[in-house]
Amino acid sequence: MQIELTVNGAPRSDEVEPRLLLVHYLRQRCGLRAANVGCDTTSCGACTVLVNGRSVKSCTMLAVQAAGQEITTAEGLATGGEMHPVQQAFRQEHGLQCGFCTPGMVMAAAGLLAENPHPTEAEVREGLEGNFCRCTGYHNIVRAVLSAAEEMSA
Amino acid sequence: MIPAPFEYEAAESAGHALELLARHGEDAKLLAGGHSLLPMMKLRLAFPSVVIDIGRVGELAGIRADGDDLLIGATTCHADVAASDLVRSQAPLLAYAAAQVGDPQIRHRGTIGGSVAHADPAADLPMALVALGGSLEISGPGGPRTVSADDFFAGFFETSLEPDELLTAVRVPRRPGPDWGYQKFVRRANDWAIVGVAVAGGRIALANMGPVPVRAVAAEQALAGGASVADAAALAAEGTDPAEDIHADRAYRQHLARILTRRALEHQTG
Repeated sequence: MQIELTVNGAPRSDEVEPRLLLVHYLRQRCGLRAANVGCDTTSCGACTVLVNGRSVKSCTMLAVQAAGQEITTAEGLATGGEMHPVQQAFRQEHGLQCGFCTPGMVMAAAGLLAENPHPTEAEVREGLEGNFCRCTGYHNIVRAVLSAAEEMSA
Repeated sequence: MIPAPFEYEAAESAGHALELLARHGEDAKLLAGGHSLLPMMKLRLAFPSVVIDIGRVGELAGIRADGDDLLIGATTCHADVAASDLVRSQAPLLAYAAAQVGDPQIRHRGTIGGSVAHADPAADLPMALVALGGSLEISGPGGPRTVSADDFFAGFFETSLEPDELLTAVRVPRRPGPDWGYQKFVRRANDWAIVGVAVAGGRIALANMGPVPVRAVAAEQALAGGASVADAAALAAEGTDPAEDIHADRAYRQHLARILTRRALEHQTG
């Protein structure tokens, strides 16, 4: 069926099979490969994108459910060639090791800070409960999110 | 994992959803947030030939006061229930329970009606509704009907909803006081409750202690009769027959039910 939606600010119209998952639509049809398919069971968060500004696991959403919605992937976070503060902070604080979870972590963090601009460390940890880092690099990730929060409110 | 092929229908209103259900019957499944249905479809545990999307039906979402009750539209997501000032002040147990579901991403998509209709005995919201003495508003070809949460859950992943019926809203009595408690025992972030307990004003509901959320009747009666929290909680597993799995055997679940009930009763807070 035909869906119309906005992906990273640009309107799109695509013919999709109803069973196509949003993550596969983004990766295969839009060529946006930041969102990774990790566990494929709504657990790991590697496929996290923003739907109307809220973090969502795109392995557990159909592309047809995204019709009429605004989707943002990690590719769409930067504006005017400037990295988003969360991206900058992940780089600054070395908030990644192998990098597989990173796009999902960054999107979950961006969604978290949109809802709660001044989280405590505990709130950051709880807010990233849906994202797994199998390198267990959580300390720097949390540090990066706190640093981004500070930067964004400065 | 990719679901088996299906025909997709987007409902435009609750009435339209009912028409589509009437047309497609048992071959159809309703989709709202999809956080119970899609994982099952991906695992091919469910393979409906028609999926009716009610996720964009505005009249099915939203939270409002209705006399002595709160009325929460079936497609209201957990994050909106948890963040609602109305729910937080008038049914704090429900707001707290909604905030315990899964993780933030799941709470942005998963809906209260979906969780209730899915009827996983380990889930947060069915247990919370039973503790609160809530009820379910259902529409069908014969008109609307209301079923108490105590009667709604019929068996393991089974409810009293008929295939041509639509769960439209969840109704809970306003209960603003601090006399509630909630305990959920999990081994890891994100996990389902190995055992859960929700307490509200003398009603005690247990999750994962049977095929449906069950009341700890013996403990409730003891409390009503003036027993101490410790003595009442010691009766929390009376009459339960929990399943055994990799996480816990029957005796361990019953032990958890007693301990968690004591904690929920001791820590009744607002």
